[in-house]
Amino acid sequence: MIAAAASPIDLFAARQQMGISLGWHIILACLGVGMPALTLFVEWRGWRTGEPAYQLLARRWAKAMGVLFAVGAVSGTILSFEMGLLWPAMMSRYGQVIGLPFAMEGIAFFIEAIFLGIYLYAWDRLPPRQHLLSGIPIVLAGVASAFFVVTANAWMNQPRGFDLTNGTVTAVDPWAAMFNPATPPQTIHMLLAAFMVSGFVIASVYAVALLRGRRDRYHRLGFLVSFTAAAVITPVQIAVGDYAARFLASYQTTKLAAIEGVYHTGSHIPLTVAGVPIGEQLRYGLEIPNGLSLLVGYSPNTLIIGLDRVPVADRPPVGIVHLSFDVMVGLGFGLLVLGLWLGVSWWRRRELPRSPWFLRTASLSGIAACCALEAGWVTTEVGRQPWIVWGQMRTADAVNPAPGLLTGLVAVLVVYLVMTIGTVYVLRRMARYHQLAAPQEVDAELGGAW
Amino acid sequence: MSLAQWSITVLWIGLTLYVLLAGADFGGGFWDLFAGGTHRGRPQRDLIEHSIGPVWEANHVWLIFVIVLLWTAFPTVFAAVMSTLYIPLTLAALGIIARGAAFAFRKASDQLGQQRLFGAAFALSSVLTPFFLGTVAGGIASGRVPLGLAAGNLLTSWWNPTSVLAGTLAVGAAAYLAATYLCADARREVEHQLAEAFRRRALVTGLVLGAVALGGIAVLHADAPQLFDGLTHRALPLVISSGIAGVASLLLVLRRRYLLVRITAALAVTAVVWGWALAQYPYLLPPPARANITIAAGAANPDVLWATLIALAAGAALLIPSLLWLFMLFQRSQHGVKTP
Repeated sequence: MIAAAASPIDLFAARQQMGISLGWHIILACLGVGMPALTLFVEWRGWRTGEPAYQLLARRWAKAMGVLFAVGAVSGTILSFEMGLLWPAMMSRYGQVIGLPFAMEGIAFFIEAIFLGIYLYAWDRLPPRQHLLSGIPIVLAGVASAFFVVTANAWMNQPRGFDLTNGTVTAVDPWAAMFNPATPPQTIHMLLAAFMVSGFVIASVYAVALLRGRRDRYHRLGFLVSFTAAAVITPVQIAVGDYAARFLASYQTTKLAAIEGVYHTGSHIPLTVAGVPIGEQLRYGLEIPNGLSLLVGYSPNTLIIGLDRVPVADRPPVGIVHLSFDVMVGLGFGLLVLGLWLGVSWWRRRELPRSPWFLRTASLSGIAACCALEAGWVTTEVGRQPWIVWGQMRTADAVNPAPGLLTGLVAVLVVYLVMTIGTVYVLRRMARYHQLAAPQEVDAELGGAW
Repeated sequence: MSLAQWSITVLWIGLTLYVLLAGADFGGGFWDLFAGGTHRGRPQRDLIEHSIGPVWEANHVWLIFVIVLLWTAFPTVFAAVMSTLYIPLTLAALGIIARGAAFAFRKASDQLGQQRLFGAAFALSSVLTPFFLGTVAGGIASGRVPLGLAAGNLLTSWWNPTSVLAGTLAVGAAAYLAATYLCADARREVEHQLAEAFRRRALVTGLVLGAVALGGIAVLHADAPQLFDGLTHRALPLVISSGIAGVASLLLVLRRRYLLVRITAALAVTAVVWGWALAQYPYLLPPPARANITIAAGAANPDVLWATLIALAAGAALLIPSLLWLFMLFQRSQHGVKTP
């Protein structure tokens, strides 16, 4: 069995496999970045105020965090395998260019794992202050590792820091590769997304409990802390999203053109909400005249580069990119409105909104935030196509030529399906039966490890 | 030493730590699998779970470290290994998922049926994963992975006598390390019966492992003459040290010196890992693969190696104290403290 070249089916399978495993991991990774900060916050409040509700929240969130971290750790490992299993041609040529941030990410992740182990295991073995401090490296390392990984993705959009001679990388400046122009907008956008997802996901759990009539202090605090954190970040995220889009207008015009369905270069370009691409036009969408030109350059005369500037073979698929972008923005504004609703009500009456629709909507906010996250990720990844490294290497040229990638996809699908069911099931049981332990905890009297 | 040599040395240290630490965790799963029926095996499974619980994630990170360092410092070699050995590496990856997730789920579930299901998944994948990782090592060491994208045979590159031998040795070494470590853990927890049980297992696996290793000499002689040559010449001191450390471990287990045996058992395994490196030096992908490549030729740009080594050194300054604190906290046996 010797490999020839990748068949279209295998390329499709490789892309789906990467998409599924990354799309799965991205949610876990976001929770891994956001949850420690929220947990530490409630632990700190519990310590300062001595209020049992806060202390209980900290314990419960920490436990859920333990399960999510364990699952996230393995789903993240698979990604480092898949970089080589699925895209060896990219790694062969560019592995050394993007290696540095991954090496740093490895260290950050290691620190995260170590301190999470300490934090969960040593809750009653360390004095409260020390225990609280032992949680801080988890937050810092989580943020750092997300930053490092996203710099590598930013590099795929703005490849810098290397010289290419006859298809071989000759000179490398790993720092220039890491701090490429796309790094600031992408990393900030991603980190804020992580906190939004964490906040809204936790909030929606407590919103459901509040809806079911459990209106005690514990549930109210659980909801208010997580929801407020996420709601405060939402407007900032929208502003950063605007910055990221404007970044595309100067650095990655093709992606922006696909996002907004701009086929023809020109000024006075409208902003089209929804719509389907038919021929070289977005049809059946809501058009805001001059909208895009105004958003990008604050003037209707702003020139927007359209897809016509690149050959058809170099264009990303407009339909999916445009749709997922609209889904992300739509959900983002929906969450903004939800946050304002609570804000107004709190300002007027120091109380949750009276309408049951608030909690009903809030109980969906976690799913909405996750959908926005996935949609945003689809936008940036599919919007980069057909390139895996923008302008340098095509996805089709990066894939493993070995046959049988489709079989791998099927196996991965099955495993991830089972893992999803298992994670949801275990978290639900932990929420109901609190004596269950997180994987890093050592319950009872045994306390050994090697 | 050149930058490339420094890089492969650091990588090999990471690999050694992965084999020793995560290997023992895999071995824990091995003993979980053979712990017997639900009721009878309960105390053993509890001990294993308690020993692995807080550290396996940290131990597991060494694998990520090895993978990332390989693609950064030796990108073409990484691409060749991953693309040709696509099948066992995918299986190992799936095994890693199944193992980690199932372990977390079992810990967090309280119903017997689920515990059994998750437990079985955890134990089975703990045996299969090191086997597949071992076959990968065997494929590389016997010169079946050429440079290039999926340029080697996709089946025989890992399904061959040397690979099967390496896979078996990997599973055996994991089980052996775990058994010796668990002896000490059981004794610290004043579980003398368990300590005795794992002592018997350590003795049996030690003997079996030694026998497989001795038989393996014949396998390598026939199947991988170049590797055999390296092991019997340049790497001979390490091979002999491994044998001595192995015999010493058996004697120490017999005399119930469980803390010392941790060191000798680890030494025996370490000597094999470094013996392999020395046997195929200076090759990363050794002949008889047609497109073989040396450490110097496969190394990335020196600027990359510099930056990475410095970053890793800085990282180590943060990591080592943290790791020490983790292990110290866990090694302190504390009774009667309950985590609610």
